[in-house]
Amino acid sequence: MPVYLDHAATSPIRPSVLAAYSELLAQLGNPASVHSFGQKTRQILEQAREDIAQAISCDRNEVLFTSGGTESDNLGVKGLYWYRHAQDINRTLIITSAAEHHAVLDAVDWLVSEQGAESYFVPMDDQGVLDLEKLEQVLEQRSHQVALISLMWANNEIGVIHPISEITELAAKYEIPVHSDAIAALGHIPVNFQDSGLAAMSITGHKIGTPVGTGALILRRDQKITPVLHGGGQERNLRSGTPDAAAAAALALGIVEAVAEQPSLALTHQKLAAKLITGIKQIAPEAILSCEFAPRLPNNVHFRFPGLLGDSLLFLLDLDGVSISTGSACTAGVSAPSHAVLALGADSDEAMGTLRLTLGYSTKESDVDSFLDAFPKAYAGAKNAGLTRR
Amino acid sequence: MRVLAAMSGGVDSAVAAARAHEAGHEVVGVHLALSRMPGTLRTGSRGCCTIEDSMDAQRAANKIGIPFYVWDFSERFKQDVVDDFIDEYKAGRTPNPCMRCNERIKFQALLEKGLALGFDALCTGHYASIEKDSEGNLELHRSLAMAKDQSYVLGVLTEDQLKHSLFPLGKAANKQQIRQEAADRGLAVAKKPDSYDICFIPEGDTRHWLSDKIEQSPGVIVDTDGNELASHGGALGFTVGQRKGLNIGTPAKDGKPRYVLEIRPKENVVVVGPEKALAISELYGSKYSWCGKPPLNADQFFDAEVQVRAHGESHPCRVRVIDSRLEIRPVEPIIGVAPGQTAVVYLGSRVLGQTTIDRTVSAVMEQV
Repeated sequence: MPVYLDHAATSPIRPSVLAAYSELLAQLGNPASVHSFGQKTRQILEQAREDIAQAISCDRNEVLFTSGGTESDNLGVKGLYWYRHAQDINRTLIITSAAEHHAVLDAVDWLVSEQGAESYFVPMDDQGVLDLEKLEQVLEQRSHQVALISLMWANNEIGVIHPISEITELAAKYEIPVHSDAIAALGHIPVNFQDSGLAAMSITGHKIGTPVGTGALILRRDQKITPVLHGGGQERNLRSGTPDAAAAAALALGIVEAVAEQPSLALTHQKLAAKLITGIKQIAPEAILSCEFAPRLPNNVHFRFPGLLGDSLLFLLDLDGVSISTGSACTAGVSAPSHAVLALGADSDEAMGTLRLTLGYSTKESDVDSFLDAFPKAYAGAKNAGLTRR
Repeated sequence: MRVLAAMSGGVDSAVAAARAHEAGHEVVGVHLALSRMPGTLRTGSRGCCTIEDSMDAQRAANKIGIPFYVWDFSERFKQDVVDDFIDEYKAGRTPNPCMRCNERIKFQALLEKGLALGFDALCTGHYASIEKDSEGNLELHRSLAMAKDQSYVLGVLTEDQLKHSLFPLGKAANKQQIRQEAADRGLAVAKKPDSYDICFIPEGDTRHWLSDKIEQSPGVIVDTDGNELASHGGALGFTVGQRKGLNIGTPAKDGKPRYVLEIRPKENVVVVGPEKALAISELYGSKYSWCGKPPLNADQFFDAEVQVRAHGESHPCRVRVIDSRLEIRPVEPIIGVAPGQTAVVYLGSRVLGQTTIDRTVSAVMEQV
């Protein structure tokens, strides 16, 4: 049986979700239609909204269904920027970090290159911990220019958890809205929207066992944004497009299950992660565990191996039936040095020598054991191939 | 054997991988990313640099049923092939980047990485075949499909590289047969056009591509006696054998057209002369290699044939090694051979070795 340790990329669909989703795909009716078919579909959609709201502690009206994480991040970042900038043309500054997901980083880059925005990256130390003093300084000096802050709840690649409440407390002093990509956090650490102080939060389901293409932007009721997609205005007039009720129901079911099992899953993952870390360090004592001394996601193990390419490790492990990730972004299958690892201050060789293992709800101890069985040979092979100049 | 199949996204490498797989080898497909910026989804075929080519290769690998990965060799490619190409032009020579890519990237960087990762051989879609002589020594031979024969660009391979090479298309009768086989195997690349251009020069216009990479300054065009005939905008804009675009006002004494005979980059001078002066009677190369077992008594002249461009004809010649250089004397002078080009020496269909030409001697006058 091939072993899958790449749940941060996507996770297998939950059997319960698959069953419910498959059945709902046959549901006829546009939720906007007035007739009985429409009403039935609307009921499914709204039940999903309520279930999600309850699971992550927000108001049902705060759940805007989207096509997934990328759309949620784009709507959160661009929507907040456009709205805030339209209210006050001096607000052009976006505060974010260099290790954000590309759905945030590239949206910010686009606003900078095409829309006259300016970005400020909150510095982080070699453990991935954000320098909140610097953040406060910037807010003190330039709060009148800040359009928004977008900082992820937990990093999908290197696993560090950011102190969202501290960030929103700082931002609240200056009445700056904060958006957070909570995709890597959801299902692995407690995520409570109401307590977070966030104005907007992106979530997606396929990292916790729902179909790909299911997601939401959680947007505080009193927070206004400018839409990205225009049309029927189905979702609070902020997101257009016929809502996919089956997808929404699948997302809700997945989130409800994931949130319910999160505390016990985290304990299991902590144990498995510890086993992975010990096993890897035994074979590769020089390996650097990323963000070792920072708060970390329980399901994420991220290593840097000086002197070898993560690609070689991935290649050899995959041929041996163990699927892992280097964690870095891909263009046509070509790995670029990981921006998140570079953000830790690593050089580009080090950022190419990465291994990311991410656990999910379906991960078993036998998966971890299989990985540890396959690792020594793959590690020796990758080390032998070395840092072949690319 | 564990075989690494280099898959460019074209039809030949796809069929080669399929044949290797069918022959019972454990085959893994690898596409080489050679450009840091793979560009957009360009249509048509431009070698190995586009996302589309990478996807085509992946699709073929899926269809064949072999694992597939993309390996990034862009830094090496830039350094060993692209920069080398520019440097060669700067030095007034005419390089062959495909040769350099085979030498440094495919059969060196890729092969070395493959061997380090536990593979036994590298499989490519080149039209050439590896044979064994009576003593079991490996030899590289021309393809049966003469029109597609690619043994020339493989002339740089050494005995050790031959040991780890697999060319499943070597016995193919012609390209049409390979396309048909690809179609029969359900490979979508069956009808993909062949690539002839240099893959890193997307528009196919080498001069234009070089124009912002090599600084050009005006200089003079002289005849073989050193008389100034005209001026030019930059010596590196010319190639040996070029006739058009010289813009020399006064006609030659004999009234016949003049050709570029030589480019002297240091002096920024272009030398022109009559066509007959293009005839080369001696070639020398200090950077040479033997493809397989070296000839016995190579310091004595022996009969062979020489080919000086990828799809050119071969010319009977005599060859020897003298003063650590390969000396090649064509029986009949060869027209239009320039330093920088590769001369591949054949014995019948067998590739014996190669050299990068660094000096030519005109049949009528000597060039430096």
